[in-house]
Amino acid sequence: MTPAGLIPVAIAGGLFIWFAQMIPVIGSGNTLRYVWEWVPSLGVNVSIYIDGLSLTFALLITGIGALVMLYSARYLAGHVHQARFSLYLTSFMLAMIGLVLSDNMLALFVFWELTTITSYLLIGFSHDTAKARRSALQALLMTGIGGLALLAGIILIGTTAGTFEMSEINAMPGVLTGSVMYLPIVLLVLAGAFTKSAQMPFHFWLPNAMAAPTPVSAYLHSATMVKAGVYLMARTHPSLAGTDFWLWTLTIAGAITMVFASVMALRQTDLKLALAYTTLMALGALTLLLGNESGYTITAAATFLIVHSLYKAALFLVVGILDAQTGTRDANSLFGLARAMPITATAAAIAAFSMAGFPPFLGFIGKELKYAGAIAVASEPIFVAGAVLISSALMVAIAGIVSFRPFWSRSGKPIAGVKEAPWPMLVGPVVLAILGAFFGIFPETLAITLVNPTVAAIIGGAEPAKELKLWAGVNLPLFLSIATFVLGFSIYYYKQKLRTILIDLTTRGPSFDNGWDKLMAGVAAGSKALTRTIQTGVLYHYMLVTFATALAVLAATLWFRSTGIPAMGFPQVALWDWLVFLLVLMGAALTLVTNSRITAIAGLGVVGIGMAMIFILYSAPDVAITQLLVETLVVVLFAAAALKLPHLTAEPLRKRWVDAVVAVGLGVVTTVILLKVTAGPIDRELTTFFETASWPQAFGQNIVNVILVDFRALDTFGEIAVVLIAAISIFALLKSKPEEEKQ
Amino acid sequence: MNSVILIAGARLQAVLLLVFSGYMLLRGHNAPGGGFIGGLIAATGFVVYAIACGTQDARKALRFDPGSIAGAGLGIALLAGVMAALWGDALFTGQWLFIGATEDSKGIPLSTVLIFDIGVYLVVLGAILSIAFSLEEAV
Repeated sequence: MTPAGLIPVAIAGGLFIWFAQMIPVIGSGNTLRYVWEWVPSLGVNVSIYIDGLSLTFALLITGIGALVMLYSARYLAGHVHQARFSLYLTSFMLAMIGLVLSDNMLALFVFWELTTITSYLLIGFSHDTAKARRSALQALLMTGIGGLALLAGIILIGTTAGTFEMSEINAMPGVLTGSVMYLPIVLLVLAGAFTKSAQMPFHFWLPNAMAAPTPVSAYLHSATMVKAGVYLMARTHPSLAGTDFWLWTLTIAGAITMVFASVMALRQTDLKLALAYTTLMALGALTLLLGNESGYTITAAATFLIVHSLYKAALFLVVGILDAQTGTRDANSLFGLARAMPITATAAAIAAFSMAGFPPFLGFIGKELKYAGAIAVASEPIFVAGAVLISSALMVAIAGIVSFRPFWSRSGKPIAGVKEAPWPMLVGPVVLAILGAFFGIFPETLAITLVNPTVAAIIGGAEPAKELKLWAGVNLPLFLSIATFVLGFSIYYYKQKLRTILIDLTTRGPSFDNGWDKLMAGVAAGSKALTRTIQTGVLYHYMLVTFATALAVLAATLWFRSTGIPAMGFPQVALWDWLVFLLVLMGAALTLVTNSRITAIAGLGVVGIGMAMIFILYSAPDVAITQLLVETLVVVLFAAAALKLPHLTAEPLRKRWVDAVVAVGLGVVTTVILLKVTAGPIDRELTTFFETASWPQAFGQNIVNVILVDFRALDTFGEIAVVLIAAISIFALLKSKPEEEKQ
Repeated sequence: MNSVILIAGARLQAVLLLVFSGYMLLRGHNAPGGGFIGGLIAATGFVVYAIACGTQDARKALRFDPGSIAGAGLGIALLAGVMAALWGDALFTGQWLFIGATEDSKGIPLSTVLIFDIGVYLVVLGAILSIAFSLEEAV
C-alpha cells in the first residue's frame, strides 16, 4: 500500500466528516440550499439541497466510500492499473454525491449519467476479459436507456411545474399528480429508477456487474449506484406518490423483484453472486415500501436503506477477503475458517446477524419495521406481508450460507494455510458490522440523526416517523419474525435439495440474459438492414428521394392549405425574356436527349446561364455574377471528371417515366407557388429597413453585400464554414482509395 | 494538354482574373462584388491555369496549399468577428476607421467588415481550388 493510494481515502473521509458535522443542523429539522446559476436561460442551476434524505445518502456514500477505498488500496496493491482504479472510484463517488445533493433535476440527470459512465469503467475494469466487457456494456446500455427516459421525464416535470428545482416542485402539492402529463412523467421517471435499481424485468445487468473487482461490488451494490434509483423514487415521492398507479406499480414490481431475487440468491454457489441477488431483493423491498405513504412504510424504507448499506458492504468486503486469502468464492469449498481468520469471521457473523434480522442488531429493527410497514400498506397487506416473509426467510438462509458456513461449518475440511487479512481490509467490515450492532442496541441515535429527517423529507410533516425500538411488545410483527426464523432455518437445512430443484427450474425457464443477447443482435441486424436500404451509395437514389420528398411535401401543402390556382397571364413579356426562355428550354432539351456526358453538362450550363440572364434582366447583378461564375466552375469541374466516365447509356423507360413525373411535378408546383406569392401583396418591410439602414449604419450602398458581411455576418460565417467542411469532405473522398484497392 | 496558345492565354488570363477579383472584393460594399464573387473569380483563374499547365504548376503558382488558404480564411473571418469584442460590442459588429476623413469625404474607410470579406474570399478560393485540384488529380 502506497501513501498515494490513501489520497482517495482522505478525500472520502474528509467529505464524510464535512457531511457529519451537518447532522445537528439537519437533524433538528432544517434544510440547507445553495444555488449558483449555470444556464439561467434554460433554468439549469447548480443548486445544492441538503435535507435528511440527501444527507443520509451523502453520509453512506462518503463513509462506506472511505472504507472501501482503504480496503481497495490494499486489495489492488501492486495492480498495474491501481491508480486508474482509484481515479474511477473517486470520480464515481463524486458523481454519486452530486446526484444526491442536486436540487435541480437537470443537474441531477447530468450526475446520474456520470455515475452510469463511471460505473461502466468500474465494471469493465478487468477489460482483458470478454465477460467484463460484456457486463460493463450491458450495464451501460440498460442504465443509459433508463437515463434517457429519465431525461424525458425530467423535461416533462420541468414544463409541467415550471421549474426544475425539486425542492420547489415538492412544495407544490398536486402540481404533478393533478396534471394530464402525470402518467407519462411517472412512466419515464420510473423507467429511469427501475433500470438503475435493477427492478424486474431490468434486473439482469446487476448480477452480471459482479465481473467488477469485489470492492467495486461492495460499493456499487450497498450504498451507491443501485440505490440511485431508490433515491430518485424517494426524492420524487412527495410530488409523484399518492396515486393508485404509483402504489400498484411500485408494489408489484418491488414484490416480484424481492421474491424472485431471494429465490435466485439461494440458487447461487458463488458467494458474491448470492450477495448480488440479495441486493436485488433489498432494492425490491425498498421499491415496494416507497410505493406507500404511511409513516410505517416510509420509516421502514429509511431504516432498511441504512441497515442494508451497512451489512451489505460489510459482507461484500468479507467475501472479497475470502477470495483474496483462499482463492475461491465457492460456497461448496469454504468451511471452518473461523480459526484461521477470527476477526473476519466475527465481523461476518455480526453483519450476517443484521442481515438475517436477529436481535439486538439493526437488521432486526429493520425487519420488524418492514413487517409493520407491510401490514400498513395501502395495497394488499396480506400479499405484501407474505412476500416480505418469504424473502426475509430466504435472507436468513442466505446469511447462513454466506457467513456461517465458510467460517463455522464442520461439514468440510478448511483450506490449509489461510491467513487473516491485513488491517486495511479488516477496517471496513469491522467498522460496518460494529455500527450495525451499535445502532441496533441504541436505535434512538440513528432515529434522531438520520431516519427521522429522511422520513420528514419523503412524506413531509404529514405523519411523524415511527419510533425505532428493539422491543416493541408482543405484536404481529414479532410473530412474523419468529415465523421468519423458523422458515429460514428450515430452508438453510434443506438448501442443497432446494438448490438442485432451483437449478433445474432456472435452466429450463427463459433466460433474460440470453434474451438481452438476442435483442442486441437484433438491433445490430436491424440497423444494418436499415442502412443498406437507406444508404444505397447511388447518387441517383439520393437525388430522386430528395426531389420526390420535396415534391410530395410542397404538393400536399398546396393541396390542403390553399384554394385555386391564380391565372397565369403574360403581361408585357419583352422579346428578351422570350429569348432567354427559349435558351433555357433548349439547354434542358439538349441535356435530355444527348448520351454524351460533356454535352449534357454543357446543356445544364446553358440552363444556368439563362437563369443568370434573368437575374440581370431583373436587376440582381450580385446574384447574376455569382450564378455565372458558379455555372462556369461547375461545368469546368464536371468536365474534368466526365472525361474519365463511360458514355451515358439509355435508361429503361420506366425509370425515365419516374424521373419525368418528379421533374415536371416539381416544376409545376414551384410555378404555382411563385404565382401565388406574386399574386398577393409583397411585404417590403425588410427591404425598406435595409434600404434605409445600409448606408447610415453600415456605410455601404450594395445592400446584398452589406447584409452578407455586416447585418447577417454570423450567418455568412456559418456558410463559409460549411463551404470549408464540404471542401474537406470532397478532398477526403477523392484522396481516399476504395477498400479493395488498398489490398 | 500541351497547347502553347492555351498556356500563354491561361497565364495572362489568370493574372487578369486575379487583379479583377481583388477589384471586385474591394468594391463589394458599394457596388456588385464582394468576397464571395471575388473568391469565385480568383478560383476560376486558377482552375483555367490548372487545365492549361497542369495542377502541379497551378499548385506551385498558388504557393500555399488550398486547404490551408481556406482554413486561414475561416480564421480571419472569425477574427474579424471577434475583434468587435475589443470595443465591447456584440460578436460580428462592424468596426470602422476612416483615415483622413474630412467634412465632405470619409477618407479611406477601413473596417473589420473588409477583413471579414477577405476571409470569405480566401475560404471560397481555397475550398474550390482544393476540390478542383484533387478532382483533376484523381481522374
